[in-house]
Amino acid sequence: MNNILNFLEKLGASARSSLSGLGSCTRLFFLTIIYSSDSFKRFNLIIKEIYFTGVLSLIIIIVSAFFVGMVLGLQGYYTLEKYGSSEAIGVLVALALVRELGPVVTALLFAGRAGTAITAEIGLMKTTEQLSAMEMMAVSPIARIVAPRFWAGMISMPILATIFSMVGILGGYFIAVLVIGVDDGAFWSQMQANVDFHNDIVDGAIKSLVFGFACTLIALYQGLVAPPTAEGVSRATTKTVVISSLSVLGLDFVLTSFMFV
Amino acid sequence: MDKVKLDIWVGIFVALGIIAMFYLATRVGNLTSNDVKKTYEVKAYFENIGGLKPRAAVKASGVVVGRIGSIVFDPEAFHAVVKINIDDRYAFPTDTFANIYTAGLLGEQYLSLEAGGDDVNLKAGDLIVHTQDAVVLEKLISQFLYSSAGDDNDNDNDNDKDKD
Repeated sequence: MNNILNFLEKLGASARSSLSGLGSCTRLFFLTIIYSSDSFKRFNLIIKEIYFTGVLSLIIIIVSAFFVGMVLGLQGYYTLEKYGSSEAIGVLVALALVRELGPVVTALLFAGRAGTAITAEIGLMKTTEQLSAMEMMAVSPIARIVAPRFWAGMISMPILATIFSMVGILGGYFIAVLVIGVDDGAFWSQMQANVDFHNDIVDGAIKSLVFGFACTLIALYQGLVAPPTAEGVSRATTKTVVISSLSVLGLDFVLTSFMFV
Repeated sequence: MDKVKLDIWVGIFVALGIIAMFYLATRVGNLTSNDVKKTYEVKAYFENIGGLKPRAAVKASGVVVGRIGSIVFDPEAFHAVVKINIDDRYAFPTDTFANIYTAGLLGEQYLSLEAGGDDVNLKAGDLIVHTQDAVVLEKLISQFLYSSAGDDNDNDNDNDKDKD
């Protein structure tokens, strides 16, 4: 009897805490929007954050995109060749990258590369009481710290995903056309005939915008609620990666089922 | 890191993003290649459209001259009404043939226009009278099977009749 009560109590507590977490995350989002006008007046802060989240992520994005494109080219070729339609490799690589892999893999890398940095930075600021110091000086930490990082993430993520798709397609081109020897003209013309700008490329960009929103907000929130200890910050960083990755994959399914009917 | 360097790097980053978007739109996607701009709309009735979809290509002699606008089912006449948007630059006679073909063995279906010999050209809102339905592979196969098995069937039928 006692076991059952304990179980129910734990279940209730976890449901309540995850619901209240979602609520305060939403509150953080609205606070960020309210304080955004202040941070847009000081655009330098956003530019600095774009440098840290976007420019410094470029290397990992470009390298992984090139390898993902090459693997797609190789694997796609082995399968398509059995059906005698190896020219369709261009369509396969382009659609896979633009619709799914571009936004999703970029978001996963973004959560690991930029999201953890945001959480650790804000968590440590809280631990060393820099946030309280700011409040003492009547500087809102939301306007000074949170909003610039939020907008930098929202701006960087679609740009990174677009670059990922482009480099990935070039990687597929490298393997399929230059190494294996698929016909160059057929590679591009089939791709152009089957990739639609509005239905595929713009929808991919919308996906990456949503992922950028989710990853950045989760990273900021985890940093702000991290317990002000070394252990707390490390736990919060782990949580950022886990929650961001899961919500990216979940959101991807929801968005896909709405977009590509 | 000083401010100018920061600005330059972020500028390069944003420019890279714009280049990538432009590249995807023009080289990978179909934003420029076969965009049909000014069109006029004609319609055609089909008993069976097969797998024809809206935005499928309309071709004449293999050249894309338009796009399929909309496909609806007419519940009174029991046939499909296909709206066809043809590029303004191309005029077709009123006795043009509209056929639904398949690109390759398993490819997408498209509408092919074959010009007739009439002096009068199609105008917006006109109806293409001569149409040919999509070929349904299953129908073709079953026809083939029945015709090849036809001899046996005839014998069976004869036997039945004899019994009667």
